[in-house]
Amino acid sequence: MTKNLRVKSSEYIDETNRISFKFNGKTYHGFKGDTLASALLANDVHLVGRSFKYHRPRGIMTSGSEEPNAIVQVNPGTNRTEPNVRATEVEIYNGLEASSQNCWPSVEFDIGGINNFLSPFFPAGFYYKTFMWPASFWEKYEFFIRHSAGLGKSPTSNDPDIYDHRNIHCDVLVVGAGISGILAAKNAAKNNFKTLLVDEKNELGGSTIFENNEFNKIDNKTPSEWLKKEIEEIKGIKNLEIKTRTSVAAYHQYNYLLARENLTDHLETKDKTHKIRQRLLKIRAKKVILATGALERPLIFNNNDRPGIMLSSAIKKYSEFYGVACGSKNVFFTNNDTAYESAMSLYNKGINIEAIIDIRDQSESKIVKKVKEAGIKIYWSHTVVDTAGYKRLNSVSIMKLSNDGTSVTGSKISISCDCLGVAGGWTPAVHLYTQSGSKLKFDEEKKVFLPSQNKSEQISVGACDGDFKLDEIIKNLNQKLKDNLNIKETDLDTIKVEIDQENSKRNIWLLPSDKPLGKTKPFVDYQNDATAKDIKLALREGFRSIEHVKRYTTTGMGTDQGKLGNMHALGIIADTAGVKMGELGTTTFRPPYTPLTFGTIVGRNVGKFFDIFRRTPMNDWHVENKAEFENVGQWKRAWYYPINGETMHQAVQRESKAARESAGILDASTLGKIDIQGSDASEFLNRVYTNAWSKLAIGKCRYGLMLNEDGMVYDDGVTTRLGENHYIMTTTTGGAANVLGKLEDYLQTEWPELDVYLTSVTDHYATASLCGPNSKKILKKIIPDLDLSDENFPHMSFKEAKIGNIKCRIMRISFTGEHSYEINVQASYGKDLWEKCIEAGKEFNITPYGTETMHLLRAEKGFIIVGQDTDGTMTPIDLQMDWIVSKKKYDFIGKRSLYRSDTMREDRKQLVGLLTDDPNIVLEEGAQIVSELNQNPVKMLGHVTSSYFSPNLKKSIALAVVRGGKDMMGKKLFVPMENKNINVTVANPVFYDEKNERLNA
Amino acid sequence: MFLINCPYCGERDQQEFKAGGEAHIERPKQPTELSDDEWAEYLFMRKNIKGVQFERWNHAHGCRKWFNMVRDTSNDEIKAIYKMGEKPPSQ
Ligand SMILES: [Zn+2]
Repeated sequence: MTKNLRVKSSEYIDETNRISFKFNGKTYHGFKGDTLASALLANDVHLVGRSFKYHRPRGIMTSGSEEPNAIVQVNPGTNRTEPNVRATEVEIYNGLEASSQNCWPSVEFDIGGINNFLSPFFPAGFYYKTFMWPASFWEKYEFFIRHSAGLGKSPTSNDPDIYDHRNIHCDVLVVGAGISGILAAKNAAKNNFKTLLVDEKNELGGSTIFENNEFNKIDNKTPSEWLKKEIEEIKGIKNLEIKTRTSVAAYHQYNYLLARENLTDHLETKDKTHKIRQRLLKIRAKKVILATGALERPLIFNNNDRPGIMLSSAIKKYSEFYGVACGSKNVFFTNNDTAYESAMSLYNKGINIEAIIDIRDQSESKIVKKVKEAGIKIYWSHTVVDTAGYKRLNSVSIMKLSNDGTSVTGSKISISCDCLGVAGGWTPAVHLYTQSGSKLKFDEEKKVFLPSQNKSEQISVGACDGDFKLDEIIKNLNQKLKDNLNIKETDLDTIKVEIDQENSKRNIWLLPSDKPLGKTKPFVDYQNDATAKDIKLALREGFRSIEHVKRYTTTGMGTDQGKLGNMHALGIIADTAGVKMGELGTTTFRPPYTPLTFGTIVGRNVGKFFDIFRRTPMNDWHVENKAEFENVGQWKRAWYYPINGETMHQAVQRESKAARESAGILDASTLGKIDIQGSDASEFLNRVYTNAWSKLAIGKCRYGLMLNEDGMVYDDGVTTRLGENHYIMTTTTGGAANVLGKLEDYLQTEWPELDVYLTSVTDHYATASLCGPNSKKILKKIIPDLDLSDENFPHMSFKEAKIGNIKCRIMRISFTGEHSYEINVQASYGKDLWEKCIEAGKEFNITPYGTETMHLLRAEKGFIIVGQDTDGTMTPIDLQMDWIVSKKKYDFIGKRSLYRSDTMREDRKQLVGLLTDDPNIVLEEGAQIVSELNQNPVKMLGHVTSSYFSPNLKKSIALAVVRGGKDMMGKKLFVPMENKNINVTVANPVFYDEKNERLNA
Repeated sequence: MFLINCPYCGERDQQEFKAGGEAHIERPKQPTELSDDEWAEYLFMRKNIKGVQFERWNHAHGCRKWFNMVRDTSNDEIKAIYKMGEKPPSQ
């Protein structure tokens, strides 16, 4: 049944290298150099998919990245499977498997095809109009829509491939390696510009490489012959890097472009392993030369979507480049001369051309004459009014066009055929140009949008700038290169170009049929099944903006972004609304130009490289001692240390008791540490903290609260005065970088007169926090010669000491309410310090505790954690920390805001303690608090911010923020949960050791 | 992605920088003398211009220095960059 449609040995196809692949489960053969599309066409397979909405059979339409129909799933069922891949871009290899998408159970027999017969019920906006109400039905609608939409399947296991990123800086980036791009890159590189040339295809040369019009000549050679010589030449130029299979996805401001380089997709599976699959190139170019070419347009006529209907230029490429005939009985339908070139290509290979249908009334060019001489029938002033054939085109019906092109006359002629090449002219590929932010203008004569300007850092050359003829291309390119790169001479100065002149043009956006529009299916967007009828309906329903029409009809919203049909959609809107296309504006093209894989976007930043993580110098000990870890910012902090299969709750209860009854030790190395020096250091601290600092004696520590200028608590921590002009500030673990940034901001921009220097030393020190009634004895064992008496080393003071030869800074400060010491050593001695403490503490059952126990212990004392008990809306007054706000200081950051009418309101949320009436119920953090249960709607008073079961108090405790809570001491409130209401009482947030007696225990 | 010419380091990628909002809003020297409205003007009110705007930027992942930038927000053209404390260029 399969016939071989190979027409001649092409130099790009290696017929000695036969390749076997599977499509929809069936084995086919092609050759090295084939794409999946060309190999399928060589096997006479046109039907490759079903359309999105109506499930109409669809075939391969193009030969490039603009393909709307031939969208396949590659290697289905494997961990390398990829959906939504264009068959025209897949290079075949032995073992390749691909399958159609959007069809069930098979592309040949598809149940959704029923939508096609129901299509009168599927007008534009059908989904919006139908699946709206009631909201509770959405789940069912969604199931239905998703099931029928079927845009391929995501892989279900990990991607085995490696992806990579690379930064490239170059003088000139040339996008597109057609004739314009090659000549631009060559001249740039030869003039000492570091040049990068990229092209999405695997071969250089663009469409000129298979240019076969014998009437076009460069230096007396055919353009393809001439260009091959140029390609050989540029491969040897130093200064020029060439990347094929590299598609520019995005063009951002300041000439920053992202391109995807495809390295292994064309290789057999065994050759893919341990290689980088795709690389994202991040390119910063001084100048960008866009040579992206043009895309051929289809024509919009009734039933213009059947398998076998293709772009005329694609038929030429399949014939000349891949050596494949797309049909055995071919018809062309055109509004310009390029279809005649395609026809001659087939004719010269002995393939049957049934007819050419031309909407123009004549053309005098040489190529048309040649076609006439070949005896091919040309129907001038005719249009296709209908096509037939369900899974493959079998005939077209044509009629004579009226003079104004809006209707057809005379009798219908039917022409039997299996392939129809359509040629609707060319649309410059301006996608990247518009992505860069540059504006387009409409060219009335050429009926295209063109770049409106060439700037010093960006030019468009060749077909993407509207130059479609070889002589124009060379002449304009030469001038632009000279102007833009400031070159005096180029090798283009002496090139001799002869071309075949086309002289008549005709453009009709929507071709008429003998049937009324309502009874026809002229597809504008193939991938999304939007027809001219839908667009007109949208306009009738009152949509005017092109962006709205686009969304309502889904025109241009597919993975191809409507590369083929966008111009026709605009043309039909303009014609219907009676406005000029230039006034209508164009839609925005967004990155990526063609879809990117997630792998390419994330590159190496996967798994453990997804984000940076920071470990303390004691980390290995925590791991060896089976700690569970939690992420705090980028830090991995020991969370709790379960023993003998303890749950987190059990471990935390044990750790908390031990710390209060004997001794505990916490790795506090992650706390932010900022070294502050300079003659104005004290004044600086006065301005950034709410309390006074000038009188802090050397060797003393003080707790500080830092506000934002709006009066809200921003960070807190203990700062120690090490010398006259030297302090060390600690910040919260998560806030360290932001605090440093904020302090730098004030120093550099508001108070540049202050002599203060800030240095982040977080990573320079490791900190062990030793706490509990036996902490003093343990420290004494480690540093016997340090006087630890309360007189010499009282709470909130600092000593420098030595553990053996290791210098350390010890602060007697406490976040647990117990007698405790924070010992700081140079980071590299951190683990050593930790082990010494553990060893010395053995006789006191020293217990390492993690962040969870730390949180519990401080909650027993009512100490806040910025970011847990505060959320950027809490002032110190709200936190009942009035004691730390200096009344005497004239100014500090945030002071003025504390006297704003809003921050002085009595009914602000304020921090309180909460006790549950049943001491065994632990509240959920985040739970809402109310005073009335039968109110509707119930008034929310606040929420729980911290909640634990305290093993030391043997009851549940919680911190909460409650509206007007300050004056509610002892008041009964409720925490309503899903199936019960919990009775609570407002209490003092300091639950344990209210008189701070244990600090000196 | 802008290319920003840090006055201390030279041209660097935008991802090294942090935007810091409108420039030339000086912190009042005597905040306690201000009415709520005057303080709110300093604290909250920003122009957010479409067009030429004076902004603060910080080379956060570089030299950590703050500087000023004149940027056209309609097309992201950077018109000038100058150090803190320097006079803005006249338009
Ligand atoms: Zn810098």
